[in-house]
Amino acid sequence: MKLEIRDLRVRFGDRLAASVPALDVGAGEIVGLAGESGSGKSMTIQAVLGLAGTAGATVTGSIKLDGAEVTGMSPAALRAVRGRRIAAIFQSPAAAFNPVFRVGAIVTRALRLHGLSGAEARDRAAAAMRSVLLPPELLRRYPAQLSGGQLQRVAIALAIALRAEVLLADEPTSALDVTVQAEVLELLRELRDTRGMAILFVSHDLAVIAELCDRVAIMRSGEVIEQGATQEVIAAPRQDYTRELLAAVPRLGG
Amino acid sequence: MTALLARAPGVSAVRRAARANQLITAGTLIVAVIVVVAVFAPLLAPYPADAGTATHPESALQAPSLHHLFGTDQVGRDVFSRVLYGARVSPVVALFVLLIACVIGVPLGIAAGYFGGATDEIIMRVTDVFLAFPALLLSLAFVAVLSPSLTNVTIAVAIAWWPWYTRLVRGQAASVAGRPYVEACRTLGIPRWRILLRHVLPNSVTPLIVQVSLDAGGVILTISALSFLGLGAQDPTPEWGLMIAEGENYFTTAWWLVTYPGLAILVTALAFTLLGDGLRDTLDPRRLPVR
Repeated sequence: MKLEIRDLRVRFGDRLAASVPALDVGAGEIVGLAGESGSGKSMTIQAVLGLAGTAGATVTGSIKLDGAEVTGMSPAALRAVRGRRIAAIFQSPAAAFNPVFRVGAIVTRALRLHGLSGAEARDRAAAAMRSVLLPPELLRRYPAQLSGGQLQRVAIALAIALRAEVLLADEPTSALDVTVQAEVLELLRELRDTRGMAILFVSHDLAVIAELCDRVAIMRSGEVIEQGATQEVIAAPRQDYTRELLAAVPRLGG
Repeated sequence: MTALLARAPGVSAVRRAARANQLITAGTLIVAVIVVVAVFAPLLAPYPADAGTATHPESALQAPSLHHLFGTDQVGRDVFSRVLYGARVSPVVALFVLLIACVIGVPLGIAAGYFGGATDEIIMRVTDVFLAFPALLLSLAFVAVLSPSLTNVTIAVAIAWWPWYTRLVRGQAASVAGRPYVEACRTLGIPRWRILLRHVLPNSVTPLIVQVSLDAGGVILTISALSFLGLGAQDPTPEWGLMIAEGENYFTTAWWLVTYPGLAILVTALAFTLLGDGLRDTLDPRRLPVR
């Protein structure tokens, strides 16, 4: 397994923010993490990135990347893993880019921070832009001159350029309109199939999860209450809460 | 309905851009004229010596004529020459006031907004104390302590002015500090000074640029007011406010003594205000070109 989470608990004082007994993401697999707002999906992502600690939470349990323990790593070692091997994309790409720098400057700087030379960084950035179907010329634009969908694809391009093995996607399509959303989802599928990326896809939208994910875990008030192959969970949910979530998916003409 | 909603901001944006351009053009043009006058005052002024210690009591208080376009003052100096030379005083002093106010105010505002907590509390309570008094009154108190002179007026006004910039920048810096790209820098272990300089500062100063140009007019007025009260420039410095103060005694018989320096203050203040207004319209983040 690429990413193995065992007995993960994220607490703020006495309050349990997320509890994940076991969650695995294999190479070339998309695993969905679903649940309502505040159910602990994003906290789980933050914990995997090693960022829950900086937010003031205590994290216990085990997170392994290729069998190597990530929790308890030194900040410097963690920085080498985060971004490089584990990349993340978030809900609001516009907020993730500093508006005063050109998109290309932001991307190449991130690449150089992970040890690439200037020329290498530029080449890889251009190649990655092409693989997310954006013209490399967009690298010369400022973030405000790109649409939300384009920026999200630039964020994905950065993960590709870094040759990330694991992609954590925290509601990456929730702020996008439906057609753009479909393009981003298609892109994620392609990352899984052609690059064998392991993707943990967080969403409150079961319709999107059903369409995209190989397996799914359902979270409620901080705990994973059900998980399994997406088709099975959706066809025969074992928990009432999962049935409620499924019933809440809007249907055309339904 | 949707089409209407979508179109409305587009039209207003275009109009606003045009308006902004006119304002900036007008402001820049007048400021350019003031700069030219300041630089070439010795060439433009018919009686350059009158901006200094020269006096001609025999030709005192003459009405505007071809010899003396703006008339002469109580000691016979050419008012036109002195108004031209005044462009070397008030605007330059205003520049220094704003520069000092920014140098003090911006770093404090960035620190307060970015670090928050106790740093924020302390800095903001100090600015509260300063802001509790009107700027003019506070400058007045400082200059009274420091002894009247143009340098001390510059310092006094700057001391009364910086808290406004601290407030303004603090709000911006606080909102920028929470943005994901700044959080990302922190998790990447980028040195703090570098985050502040490259990410927080450039994203916090846009409203400041506007505020500073809008304030230039206000600072010139404040300095003139202090000089008028006898606390700023001293005779024979051709400071506009001081000229008005000295001409005040002769106002009923020699209107030109107060009118022309007054107009100079008005035009200068107006130029910077136009410039600031235009900059505000242009730098508004919602006006960034989309795609």
